Amino acid sequence: MKYLMLKHYRGAPTPGGNATPMDRWTPEEVDAHLQYMTDFANRLQSNGEFVDSQALSSEGAFVRNDGEGRPPVTDGPFAETKDLVAGWMVIDVDSWDRAVELAGELSAAPGAGGEPIQEWLEVRPFLTGVPTADG
Amino acid sequence: MNPSVVRDLVPAVIGVLVRRGADFASAEDAVQEALIRALDAWPDDPPRDEKAWLVAVAWRRFLDGARAEASRRDRELAVDLEPPADPGPAADDTLRLYFLCAHPTLPAAPAVALTLRAVGGLTTRQIAAAYLVPEATMAQRIRRAKRRLEGLPLDRPGDLATVLRVLYLVFNEGYGGELDLAAEAVRLARHVVGMTDDPEAAGLLALMLLHHARRASRTRPGGRLVPLAEQDRSRWDTGLITEGVAVLQGALARDRLGEYQAQAAIAALHADAPSTDETDWPQIVEWYDELLALTDSPVVRLNRAVAVGEADGPQAGLAALAEVDPGVPRYAAAAAHLHECAGDRVRAAELYAEAATVAPSVPERDHLTREAARVRAT
Repeated sequence: MKYLMLKHYRGAPTPGGNATPMDRWTPEEVDAHLQYMTDFANRLQSNGEFVDSQALSSEGAFVRNDGEGRPPVTDGPFAETKDLVAGWMVIDVDSWDRAVELAGELSAAPGAGGEPIQEWLEVRPFLTGVPTADG
Repeated sequence: MNPSVVRDLVPAVIGVLVRRGADFASAEDAVQEALIRALDAWPDDPPRDEKAWLVAVAWRRFLDGARAEASRRDRELAVDLEPPADPGPAADDTLRLYFLCAHPTLPAAPAVALTLRAVGGLTTRQIAAAYLVPEATMAQRIRRAKRRLEGLPLDRPGDLATVLRVLYLVFNEGYGGELDLAAEAVRLARHVVGMTDDPEAAGLLALMLLHHARRASRTRPGGRLVPLAEQDRSRWDTGLITEGVAVLQGALARDRLGEYQAQAAIAALHADAPSTDETDWPQIVEWYDELLALTDSPVVRLNRAVAVGEADGPQAGLAALAEVDPGVPRYAAAAAHLHECAGDRVRAAELYAEAATVAPSVPERDHLTREAARVRAT
């Protein structure tokens, strides 16, 4: 079953534990974090659970239609208060429990002081394209 | 079975079918299908004459399609079923194929896709994988590109500049999954240089060779970026550098300077230097001046400011940077570097952090984040 793990810039309900921004960490802490992310993705690939992973630019805008013959309206750049997606990972796993386990691992990526960041990740099941026998 | 030999045959086989009376779109489809069958069958059962095999299979496929179409439209088959013996391959045919695939009416992405298939001899699946889109999407992109080209004559010379631009785009893509697009671009650029006297074609080939020669040193395992000053120059391919310099010198001797030649000249000066400190930065700045006279591009102006910083010191570099539009990609990264060289580490760290948030790629973003951390730590 496929799940989407969404990373936001601000986490969700309460601020994540270790919230020092990355450009204020030491070089070793940055390296450790980036290595953790690489190792995580590699583990998922060798498990056969990896589907996709993308990082998003912080630039962009909200866009909506503004009526016939009018150009779309854009609302940007993104303000800090907006709950913004930073990137995602798509996994294909046997159960919700496994998706939760993996999200927990990803949330433990080390940050400042080598401590796990423990940010909230949003985990969402895909709707399937066609009805399944047991679904 | 050497893939690049097989790929070389594809445009020639399309040319044969077209000379027999097939329209370009159907011929290209038929050859693509023959190629896919070849890739599947040849490892176990290699043909005696690869080109003849492809021609026979593609022609049969084309006829099947043409008959079905003719009966669907209740029309006569417009093609001579008993073609004359084929004349030898004409280099002109292949060059015209390049012109057609890179036609100015096509947007960049379809031109790239069609060029890689019809001229590059790659399969739709390979191209889709390289550009990370579904195979069906890439197939449709190519189908629509050919529809736009319907009715355009194959017998007139076209716009070499658009062909070069397409090859440049392919080269810049670098690795596309398992496909080495940069290597494919070099291969196609060599063909074009073999078919035309234009010094800009040679300039582009030289630029590619000089850039490609240094590729191994630009990333660490895992994709981590290595800045120029830290690159291990012993990993540079001296054979490609020598060839690139020779091709460039031949182009410059024709005294018709263009953008690619100027860019290649800058690349040659880098490739020629034992270290960043020993690089002839003043000469590089002069070449950037030539390039600006040719294009007036803000990106070129930015790169020139960095070179000025190396040649005349960071304050001069910052002064040059002040004349660049701050909206240009990588502006913050360049500013960060210059401020660090000028000794303003606080401002440099802020700028590296800002540059990281607007970096267009993950490796650059990670590199700039590391730089911000590094500068803050000292």
